[in-house]
Amino acid sequence: MTAARATADRAGAAAEPAARSGARRLLPQRNPWRHPWLLEGFTWLYLIWSLVPIGLAVLFSFNNGRSQSAWQGFSWRWYFSDPVNSVLHNPQLHSAVIQTVRLSAYTTLIAVPLGVAFALGINRWRGITASAFNFVMLLSFVIPELIFGVAMFFVFTVLFTSVHLGTLAEVLGLVTWNVSWPAIIVQARLATLGRQYEEAAADLGANQFQAMRRVVLPLLSPAIFASAVLVFSGVIDDFVLVDLLNSSAGNTPMSVIIYSTQRGGNGGPALNALGTIMLLMSLVLAIIGFAGYRWLTRGERGSGVEALTTITGAEG
Amino acid sequence: MTAGQSTRRGWLARAPARPATGRRFWVLLAAPGMLWLILLFIVPFYAMLAIGAGQLNVVLQTPVPAWNPLAWSRGNLLLVLHDIGGTGAFIGPIILRTLGYVAAASLLSLLIGYPAAYFVARFAGGRKGLFLVLLIAPFWISYMMRMLAWVDLLQTNGYLNRGLNLLHIAPVNWLGGNPVAVVLGLVYGYVPYLILVLYAGLDRIDPALIEAGRDLGLGRARTFLRVTLPLSRQPILAALLITVLPMLGDYYTNQMLSGSAGTSMIGNVINGQLQAPGLQGQGAVLSTLLLLVLLVPMIYYVAATNRSAREAA
Repeated sequence: MTAARATADRAGAAAEPAARSGARRLLPQRNPWRHPWLLEGFTWLYLIWSLVPIGLAVLFSFNNGRSQSAWQGFSWRWYFSDPVNSVLHNPQLHSAVIQTVRLSAYTTLIAVPLGVAFALGINRWRGITASAFNFVMLLSFVIPELIFGVAMFFVFTVLFTSVHLGTLAEVLGLVTWNVSWPAIIVQARLATLGRQYEEAAADLGANQFQAMRRVVLPLLSPAIFASAVLVFSGVIDDFVLVDLLNSSAGNTPMSVIIYSTQRGGNGGPALNALGTIMLLMSLVLAIIGFAGYRWLTRGERGSGVEALTTITGAEG
Repeated sequence: MTAGQSTRRGWLARAPARPATGRRFWVLLAAPGMLWLILLFIVPFYAMLAIGAGQLNVVLQTPVPAWNPLAWSRGNLLLVLHDIGGTGAFIGPIILRTLGYVAAASLLSLLIGYPAAYFVARFAGGRKGLFLVLLIAPFWISYMMRMLAWVDLLQTNGYLNRGLNLLHIAPVNWLGGNPVAVVLGLVYGYVPYLILVLYAGLDRIDPALIEAGRDLGLGRARTFLRVTLPLSRQPILAALLITVLPMLGDYYTNQMLSGSAGTSMIGNVINGQLQAPGLQGQGAVLSTLLLLVLLVPMIYYVAATNRSAREAA
């Protein structure tokens, strides 16, 4: 069926110049609303190209051999059975997993409240100072991470030298890099909410603080939740900042371990296992994010597609 | 008149000032974030500038920052400019190579990403959720994991060479400094971001406009060229910016997929100078120069998204 349609498509395309001339223009020969099979085929090809290599990389994390490209049977050895080189027993790989989780948790706990408060304040204050700071925040969102990382590296090595390179420097850098997520998403939600709920609360006798805590924050909860998911997953995926700001094996997260071990050689399937663990962490987070966002926005008209794009950061 | 005025006032002036009642509350709420941005975003860039404009401690090979603008020296800047354009310059060719790689990779990304985003935004119908999950999946998978996947495939005895072997093509040394592997790696790494931005933009195009084109007798191809494509100019620009900006600071994709000096990009130079004793000042200058060049597209992007956000509100 697909092939037949594609052939018809091609025949139609050949007839196009003829259709353009004279009266035939008014008599369309093809159904203009037919399904674009060629386009759909292309989309599937793209999806296969983008996802199959990852599937293979996951597969090789279970390889019962040292190769990342020749299958030698199934085993859990690179996860936990190998007493030396598995993720569980190799201290470097082991601590990388813990460091990634730690960095994600710390960064989320600091960046989200900071960004939400910033968004609320900036959005309602509306002076030239507020606009200028909002602009700075947006610049931090689009600046290439390498340039920001270089600046961070210098500030911790020559100015704030009591912050040594390591976990603290990593967290400070990651918070700055990620604070724009809550700041942007909360401002977008504030724009769609309008001020009427707050004004109603004020009319009913609430002071500013009460209106904020009892009315605005609950209304913002989907946006706050979505930004927490984005920050957490962003830190799991982060590479440049942690690459520049780590100082020893104990504070090096998974992404940097994969990079520095694999570069210029065969790192072995234990790296695939590490990558698969990262993938699982993100997957669990995505599911929690999707389900949580749907639950928080129950009773609103939003669709599943909208929830999906919001927790991925495409709607902000 | 109103529209023209608001454009002229620019996006910084967002709304008329509100009465000052309760203003202190909002200032207090914003203050921690503002302080954080000053200390950990603005000050670091000043530190970078001060190191670039500073001197070198010749004994320790450490940079000596010049905090006072009156004490700024041009030493590092001249060294960097000499490396870019002087005799025996090594950064100049790397800049050209970076531009070539980034241009090729972003155009290829657009050629791959646009049809896919267009299909999902327009024609996926009831299967939109499924397609979106698949399109978004790479976004949730760590960049390094995705590069690792290609390192596995491209190894000398990897699946790609074994596939070529079936076609009686001799194995290719993909990971030994092959520019094709690096450009394809960049495409593979960044195309999900581009698709997501494109999808969000294309999804907002009113289908009625496209139907109108059809109703007025345009064929499928001409509707696309005359209606859809002009309407997607803004999303295309945004999507290209969102991929080009990070690509210009990329130093890890080529390290993962080649590691050869023959495929170095500007990011590798900066990263290398950062690690090399005595060269940190030059690294600071090079980062500052890159920032100055990119400031224009960055500000454009911020202004454009700000404008479209206000139009949506």
